[in-house]
Amino acid sequence: MAKNKFEGTAEQMNELLDCIRAHSGEAGALMPVLHEAQNIYGYLPAEVQTVIAERLNIPLAEVYGVATFYSQFSLTPKGKHRISVCLGTACYVKGSDKVLEAIEKELRISCGESTPDGKFSIESCRCVGACGLAPVMIVDGEVYGKLTAKDVAGILDKYIKD
Amino acid sequence: MTCEQLKKLAAEKADLINVRKIVREQAEKLAQNTAYRKQVLVCGGTGCTSSHSLQVIEQLEKSLKELGIDDVLVVKTGCFGLCALGPIMIVYPEGAFYSQMTPEHARTVAEKHLIKGGEIVKELLYAETVHEDGSVIPFAEIPFYKHQMRIALRNCGVIAAECIEEAIAAGDYSALAKVLTEMTPEQIINEIKASGLRGRGGAGFPTGLKWQFTREAQGDVKYVCCNADEGDPGAFMDRSVLEGDPHTVLEAMTIAGYAIGAQEGYIYVRAEYPIAVERLNIAIEQARKFGLLGKNILDSGFDFDIHVRLGAGAFVCGEETALIASIEGKRGEPRPKPPFPAQSGVFRKPTVINNVETWANIAPIILNGSEWFASIGTEKSKGTKVFAVGGKIHNVGLVEVPMGTPLRTIIYDIGGGIPEGKKFKAAQTGGPSGGCIPATHINIAMDFDNLTAIGSMMGSGGLIVMDENTCMVDIAKFYLEFTADESCGKCAPCRIGTKRLLDLLTKITEGKGEPEDLDKISRLARHMKSSSLCALGQSAPNPVLSAMEHFGDEYMKHIYAKKCPSGVCKSLLNYYIDPDKCRGCTLCKRNCPVNAISGEVKSPHVIDSAKCIKCGQCIAHCKFGAIEKK
Repeated sequence: MAKNKFEGTAEQMNELLDCIRAHSGEAGALMPVLHEAQNIYGYLPAEVQTVIAERLNIPLAEVYGVATFYSQFSLTPKGKHRISVCLGTACYVKGSDKVLEAIEKELRISCGESTPDGKFSIESCRCVGACGLAPVMIVDGEVYGKLTAKDVAGILDKYIKD
Repeated sequence: MTCEQLKKLAAEKADLINVRKIVREQAEKLAQNTAYRKQVLVCGGTGCTSSHSLQVIEQLEKSLKELGIDDVLVVKTGCFGLCALGPIMIVYPEGAFYSQMTPEHARTVAEKHLIKGGEIVKELLYAETVHEDGSVIPFAEIPFYKHQMRIALRNCGVIAAECIEEAIAAGDYSALAKVLTEMTPEQIINEIKASGLRGRGGAGFPTGLKWQFTREAQGDVKYVCCNADEGDPGAFMDRSVLEGDPHTVLEAMTIAGYAIGAQEGYIYVRAEYPIAVERLNIAIEQARKFGLLGKNILDSGFDFDIHVRLGAGAFVCGEETALIASIEGKRGEPRPKPPFPAQSGVFRKPTVINNVETWANIAPIILNGSEWFASIGTEKSKGTKVFAVGGKIHNVGLVEVPMGTPLRTIIYDIGGGIPEGKKFKAAQTGGPSGGCIPATHINIAMDFDNLTAIGSMMGSGGLIVMDENTCMVDIAKFYLEFTADESCGKCAPCRIGTKRLLDLLTKITEGKGEPEDLDKISRLARHMKSSSLCALGQSAPNPVLSAMEHFGDEYMKHIYAKKCPSGVCKSLLNYYIDPDKCRGCTLCKRNCPVNAISGEVKSPHVIDSAKCIKCGQCIAHCKFGAIEKK
């Protein structure tokens, strides 16, 4: 499981417990609870999975199994700014692989990693449905479309500076 | 709410909606019956919001306020379909189609067009809607819309996406009122069966039969399920329906619940679609408030409610048994069929599961009758199909056409052809489970059976256009990377097969391919198709097999000549400077990151292919077009 040191606040824990309580007794509650837990903590540390397992009365192995099955659940913290590049087909045929390469080069990390200062993380995603703007990248929910590799540095600059 | 109250509510705003549906002269007359002189519809779908349509709305409202205009209604709608030109804004009753709007443009339109006695700002209109003589063409008559027939998307881009009153005025829930008051469950099922509607999610199974099997299955608890896990990259029609007309899905699921005897439904939607999720939740909340979901719907005694479940980024969850596992809170792994969901679905109870676009067709069938629906389309594929047209094409967007429409019409008449005068090479349908349609088949009538016959498939309706610069080996490899990554790992043929297929294709694109690799691919593909547990593994070899069938020569060139004719596969390319075109400006030399270029000022330069890493920097910087990939 995750090696990062877990630092959760009491508020976060209360929020998590509230969420578990709201879903208790509901069939198939694990997925919605994991979604909310990840919203609260930004990722799913082992400690959080343990609490969920105990409270929902589901074996920890099963919680871990579900958390690792789905690509959107993360066991490690993400960067402060989350960059994701669409590698769906419409974006790919318009060169999104080159955009991804440019970001990797600019930040000196590979897709799936975070920068050592925790400021950026890069991931790839499969089609956000903004195919009219292909190729696209998304930074913290903001979509940048019709990109070329040359646009990357300018966009990242904005986030590097803040 | 009772049926009478529903009718009354629908009538209240009917004129407001109709202004957006009829031709200009009539619309202008009709607009006088409403409180608004003009209506401005701005697209609030994912495509246009990503290009900042919300800022356009904000500016528009601000400008209207500053100008003291209070008889112009601003409506945030779902997708208009022409995503390439976003943000899109339409002004009624004129039907003026503004494209690529900015907040600055919005201010101009407010000042010059929306004020009393204002005139259409022609220079901001989509160019194709302005005639050579300067007259404005209604957007419904431009080629992109003229060839379409909108059934599933009938309300997308027409109504305010977050307003149940507008949805009701546009006809939503009137089919529900009809079935609850006039039809028995058997009649509903027979009507859907007679319409010939087939599932739009990919497999094309007759929807009415599915409903009948679930109705006949033993069990007092049954479920209705909506598959909104639109995973096929490049397909976004389901997202568009959820963003533009979420109530039609809720209505259709309630109708199915009544028909099969279920009281609960689940919508499983991708978490990658935040706007769709938000609008769905708003729609459910509103429907409950209006008594259109929950207890005693429309005073009929029938109870039905719907829950939303979010996916978490697993492509395999689009497969129905995997989706069911995920709703149950488990790993989204498929299980063998039979038993089919109609017998044993969500929580092991009989379940009807249909895709979003299928649901969007239900209400029109109930309202207009099965005969009307069956009169559209081809013999075995009835109705329309929405295609998400993307890739190397002018008009990227959503297109709804009758089944059997020739591919040529979609690509050239509606899609506007290939940009930069390039040649059409192939269209990929069915995403990672489908195959390609080569240029020789451009006149194919697009329906379920014709596409299967040439080795592709309808799939969910993603249609990616490729031009001469697309390498078919590379694209096959791209799809295998996708399926290898998304294979859930439960069964060996898929888990190992996708990986080995990918290895073989990678070998070919790297110039290490051997003649026997093609045999190996065919054999492995056969095994995967016959022995994988679910459709993901069974169909994963399709993109490779179909590319090998239609573009065999390209595979041969990669293997025997070690050449990539489209200039995509890096390992097979050499960069070369044409000495006749090179002016010796030294720009390429200065920008080469590995110092592979040599040459004196004002004399032709040379690339040392041993040092070259094929990064393409030289081509990007050369001002004389002197550098080529060969």
